Amino acid sequence: MNTEPEESWLYVISSKRKLINFNFEEIWRYRDLLILFVKRDIVTVYKQTILGPLWYIIQPLFTSVIFTLIFNRLGQIQTDGIDPFVFNLAGITAWNYFKECLTGTSNTFTANQNIFGKVYFPRVILPLSITISNLLKFGIQLFIFFGFWLYYYFQGMELSLNMTHIWLFPVYVIMMGMLGLGLGMIISSMTTKYRDLTILVGFAVQLLMFLSAVPYPVSEAHAKFSRPIALIVEFNPLTQIIEGFRFMLLNTGTFTWIGFFYTLVVSVVLFLLGLLVFNRTEKTFIDTV
Amino acid sequence: MTNSKTILVAENISKQYRLGLVGTGTISHDLNRWWYRIRGKQDPYLKVGEANDRSTKADSNYVWALKDINFEVKQGEVLGIIGKNGAGKSTLLKILSRVTNPTTGEIKTRGRIASLLEVGTGFHPELTGRENIYLNGAILGMTKSEIKVKESEIIEFSGCERYIDTPVKRYSSGMRVRLAFAVAAHLEPDILVIDEVLAVGDAEFQKKAIGKMQDISNSEGRTVLFVSHNMAAVKNLCTRAVVLEHGQIVFEGTQNDAVNFYLSAEKQKHQIALANRTDRKGNQKLKVIDVSFFNKKGEQVFEVISGDYLKIRIKLLKQKPVNYPKLFIGINFIDQNMNFALSYVNDEMGFTFDDLEHTDTFELEIPNLYLRARDYSLRVLITENDTNAHNFIDLIENAALLSILAGDIWNSGKLNRKSSIAVLPGSFNISK
Repeated sequence: MNTEPEESWLYVISSKRKLINFNFEEIWRYRDLLILFVKRDIVTVYKQTILGPLWYIIQPLFTSVIFTLIFNRLGQIQTDGIDPFVFNLAGITAWNYFKECLTGTSNTFTANQNIFGKVYFPRVILPLSITISNLLKFGIQLFIFFGFWLYYYFQGMELSLNMTHIWLFPVYVIMMGMLGLGLGMIISSMTTKYRDLTILVGFAVQLLMFLSAVPYPVSEAHAKFSRPIALIVEFNPLTQIIEGFRFMLLNTGTFTWIGFFYTLVVSVVLFLLGLLVFNRTEKTFIDTV
Repeated sequence: MTNSKTILVAENISKQYRLGLVGTGTISHDLNRWWYRIRGKQDPYLKVGEANDRSTKADSNYVWALKDINFEVKQGEVLGIIGKNGAGKSTLLKILSRVTNPTTGEIKTRGRIASLLEVGTGFHPELTGRENIYLNGAILGMTKSEIKVKESEIIEFSGCERYIDTPVKRYSSGMRVRLAFAVAAHLEPDILVIDEVLAVGDAEFQKKAIGKMQDISNSEGRTVLFVSHNMAAVKNLCTRAVVLEHGQIVFEGTQNDAVNFYLSAEKQKHQIALANRTDRKGNQKLKVIDVSFFNKKGEQVFEVISGDYLKIRIKLLKQKPVNYPKLFIGINFIDQNMNFALSYVNDEMGFTFDDLEHTDTFELEIPNLYLRARDYSLRVLITENDTNAHNFIDLIENAALLSILAGDIWNSGKLNRKSSIAVLPGSFNISK
């Protein structure tokens, strides 16, 4: 019976691990599952709530109001001549997307061990679905941001898009998704054995926000922080992305091609690393989780 | 059947697990593993570990849940996998369904494998029944268009038409299981892996489920791997079976031979003196060391005719003092399909064991044993204060074996049939 050639096997479940073992064909076959997971995430979050999807909008608005009160009114942070509320809203909208991707994917294995312990499907579908459903939420929040942008614009405030660089906007969104997804996958893989990371992620994300120039422009960091900290802030890839967002949407801050390519490389590397680690973990995590 | 091609081959499948707390020492073991690996050596922890036997205390922290499993499955075959709890059945299924990887060896397959390890995986309580059909179907590997074709069939099979657009959180647990089974039963993989799903739902639905399983395996010619404790179901559904014990295949053959082997292997356990058996649960303050049967004349017997008198005498070894008036003692008759056919528990009979303080033997007298002809194994459970698991004093399965022979309780000159469990007194009358 075993005389037939190896190739006639559909697949082999083996103890041997290959470094890279991606079956893109298989992921494609499960595309419907990806769509259904995205739908589930979007539909079920605010079921049995009164305000429903309005919560998508309320969160960033309230955060921006608080930031404006604390950092700009109380803390006197300069926002390069832009209205602080719009400035904060831009930063928070962008930051939220990264944060949601990171926290959403960082507990993929622990939160879904129930399903993962019983059925097989390409595990990477789940973090992907989280990134995509967050992209839709980000879209809604961006829409609201433009609503405010237009409101302030017609109020006579000096607002403008950066027309020479606005075409980079989708690239920034993708970079941010890759960063969140990549980091999230690395963390989720490690939490299967060491739960300490789950606890860490909660406050690390908050601290990271302050090092990512969300409530202040990079110029302020250089003016007020000591040199080493200012450099940490500047070379944090997230700073680059958030500053880039504000550069394109509000025409404020700085943009350099070096910074852009630096961020692109970091995002791609982290994303690939995340995929690799995730791929290695998914085979046996159910024994250690 | 012998001509059909091999659809799945398992070669040297082994699976190692760590015992005890995962967490302490994992980093050091991980580093050690990594250090061996970069020097091109074998994983040092693979050498330790021993056969998986729950009842004996292991010396090392690693254990082989499966060891060198080899088998082949041909297209259209229904392979039964039988074994006690902890024999490695579920681990094997987990590997087959790609939930976890084997530690060594590989499985090659020509078809897509889908598993019904536990129905209802991935049901989201907030989604409606219909939405969950799609989600669950997709998780199990169906595409949206495949589910769409079968949607009405699934809904009809589940019997939940009225609630199909209601969130699943409002469903009764029975309805949830029906819906989940309906989705799973309409999967069309090349190889289907089933683990004891038949034990769900009410009697009517079970019948439907078993019927569906038979359809799948017989008429549709699907390859099925079927894991079960239910020997009757294995005999009915399977064409071949393997018996697993302590992570190894100890028998492979036709389903009837395998079931017989499994049952006789269980029987051999009784030849070990009861007092020496270690597969017990409980704190062992008292220990059941002998169970014997007697007829009305006081002679020891090993079989009894249905409807006759039976006395069961149980001898205890007293190791530590217990609160005798608060003792619960239960004796269960269990048939080959693991059904509890008959139970005697002292509390519901209004009996207390106060006097057991002065002796070590007690008896259960059954004036008429109205069970139909079958082999039964006795299970004895002794607990203190209440029947919670943490108050177990001694629990021993298969404490003794009793064959009940067909009788004629109606005095009609015909032996009572073997089907069903009990034969109780009663009579037909024509009403006027």
